[in-house]
Amino acid sequence: MLSIKNLHASIEGTPILRGINLEIKAGEVHAIMGPNGSGKSTLASVLAGREEYEVTEGAVLFQGKDLLEMAPEERAREGVFLAFQYPVEIPGVSSTNFLRTAVNQVREHRGLEALDAVKFLSLMKEKMKLVEIDQKLLSRALNEGFSGGEKKRNEIFQMAMLEPKLSILDETDSGLDIDALKVVSNGVNQLKSAENATIVVTHYQRLLDYIVPDYVHVLYKGQIVKSGTKDLALELEEKGYDWIKEEVESKAIV
Amino acid sequence: MSKDNQILEEFTSKEYEHGWSVNYEADEAPVGLNEDIIRWISVKKEEPQWLLEWRLKAFKTWQSMTEPEWANVQYPKIDLQALKYYSAPKQKSKPKSLDELDPELLAIYERLGISLNEQKRLQGIAVDAVLDSVSVATTFKETLSKLGIVFCSFSEAVKEHPELVKKYLGSVVPITDNYYAALNSAVFSDGSFCYIPKGVRCPMELSTYFRINAANTGQFERTLIVAEDESYVSYLEGCTAPQRDENQLHAAVVEIYAGAHAEVKYSTVQNWFPGDKNGKGGIYNFVTKRGICAGDHSKISWTQVETGSAVTWKYPSCILKGDHSIGEFYSVAVTNNYQQADTGTKMIHIGKNTKSRIVSKGISAGKSQNSYRGQVQVMKRATNARNFSQCDSLLMGDRCGAHTFPYIDIHNPTAKVEHEATTSKIGEDQIFYCNQRGIATEDAVALIVNGYAKEVLNQLPMEFAVEAQKLLALTLEGSVG
Repeated sequence: MLSIKNLHASIEGTPILRGINLEIKAGEVHAIMGPNGSGKSTLASVLAGREEYEVTEGAVLFQGKDLLEMAPEERAREGVFLAFQYPVEIPGVSSTNFLRTAVNQVREHRGLEALDAVKFLSLMKEKMKLVEIDQKLLSRALNEGFSGGEKKRNEIFQMAMLEPKLSILDETDSGLDIDALKVVSNGVNQLKSAENATIVVTHYQRLLDYIVPDYVHVLYKGQIVKSGTKDLALELEEKGYDWIKEEVESKAIV
Repeated sequence: MSKDNQILEEFTSKEYEHGWSVNYEADEAPVGLNEDIIRWISVKKEEPQWLLEWRLKAFKTWQSMTEPEWANVQYPKIDLQALKYYSAPKQKSKPKSLDELDPELLAIYERLGISLNEQKRLQGIAVDAVLDSVSVATTFKETLSKLGIVFCSFSEAVKEHPELVKKYLGSVVPITDNYYAALNSAVFSDGSFCYIPKGVRCPMELSTYFRINAANTGQFERTLIVAEDESYVSYLEGCTAPQRDENQLHAAVVEIYAGAHAEVKYSTVQNWFPGDKNGKGGIYNFVTKRGICAGDHSKISWTQVETGSAVTWKYPSCILKGDHSIGEFYSVAVTNNYQQADTGTKMIHIGKNTKSRIVSKGISAGKSQNSYRGQVQVMKRATNARNFSQCDSLLMGDRCGAHTFPYIDIHNPTAKVEHEATTSKIGEDQIFYCNQRGIATEDAVALIVNGYAKEVLNQLPMEFAVEAQKLLALTLEGSVG
């Protein structure tokens, strides 16, 4: 589904990603871990098409199409979803109104009819259960005055509404207490299918107890330096990132 | 993203949608401004002597005045002698119903998307359409007249209800008020007149669409709304003008009178041609709008959505004379490219326990300048006057300007006046967030701007709110990159 080859990206001339290679197939969950500043969020942003980042080298194919050629909204319509680490507030625009615009633009792209108010509301009701989100929250202005947990829940709710092929969760666990973490993870797990894939970007292993990854990759200085299974995450939890850094540095010396 | 730039390019280069003009035969005044021209207009309109004298007095007053320069706008001096002061479409005879109207005129409205036929069928809005200077058609008059409501062109009112016109004309905006009001009083050509008798609640929204068509024609509308005690009326005004290179002058006067317990809602969606993206052409909109809450417990509410004009100079105001009277001003003013707007309101508290509320939302994009200018004045007698003002500015890009000039003048210690102001910028983060959900940039801007302006848009009648939302989006398309 997603094929990243030798991806280099920089921001304001400073290289952040230095040759990422990653293959993700439908039905898989990949976790991207790594110390602060290793480029995890940059990878998420580059895949979503944030303009501040300049791709200097490499290629990304998404379902056989050149992802890097697409505008951010085209990527979204093709099925790339980014759950933001810091969801943005839009005053005066209700979540419901926002999502209806989004859902219908995505549907139009996929050759489906726009949903009328009634159909949209019934879809919303169905998906609301997944993340146990309150309808009152959705009639309020998007993310305005939401608690950290409410914002993250709203992100996953949007994901449920948009039915993406590839979901990228950028530090979705940050700022969540254990109960909220369970609710959010439960939502993500229910949305998992053989047709879609998930990238979980996280600093901590904790989230992976709830969203169990098929593969774990460790990002360090803009490269994937180690890949493994869930056990790798546990090892990282136990030993921290230092041993990975040492391993990388020693290899570099050799 | 190259695609993004392409979209941007497409929308920034988008021309004004209503920019076309129809070549109909016009009945025009000669170029220039002098007493003879005023007499010419008055004769043309078969006016009574008192009105001609009133015009001539206004003209004398105007001659002694100088053009105001205090507004935060810049434009080349207008040569008022180079304008024509009267331009009417030629008609064979006065139409009695829509069916008798010149099909070409009707077609103009169809292209504007406000077909009278359609309007007539839908919603029950009575439309008094003003093309250049003469009221072309008035619908629903019969329905209204059963209730004793008068809704007609100003010229007709002069003929049919001279006593009302004489009583109220100039009572809220005197001819001495300001340079443009004096000019309007001297040369006004037509406009709308509305009278709601005591105790009558007008059952439909009254609406006027203005449109400037002939080249080099100053349009000087005169609107007078009289709401007697315990009456209610909601009045809508919409404006579009075809695209022209020369700047055109629009100097209207609107007067509103509200008796005891009467309520008048006046809503404007203004879409005059703003000039092209290089700042060439566009309408100069120098308008005086004022209402008087003459009776106790009366209420006047102004709502405006200003998206057009090259230069706007406009301060719909309320004189709160009656005790417990209420004045409201809700405004969204959008400027893009090289547009300049200096707009706001005046709330003059004279009566006891009077209240006013000001909500102003400015949106500046491109290289435009957007100013809010507001005055809250509490007179000595106005015990317990209350005012709340909120002035927000939204900036798009880094080459535009937003300015706020609030004046507060209090002469009574019991007054309570609050002023809040914010300035914010449309964030790239907000746009990206919308993009990431599949929403195209121009729709994202529309969504964000409509959210920002929601408090004001909510004041508009439903069908107008929808139009206003579309206009906001259209005006700002391509202004974020």
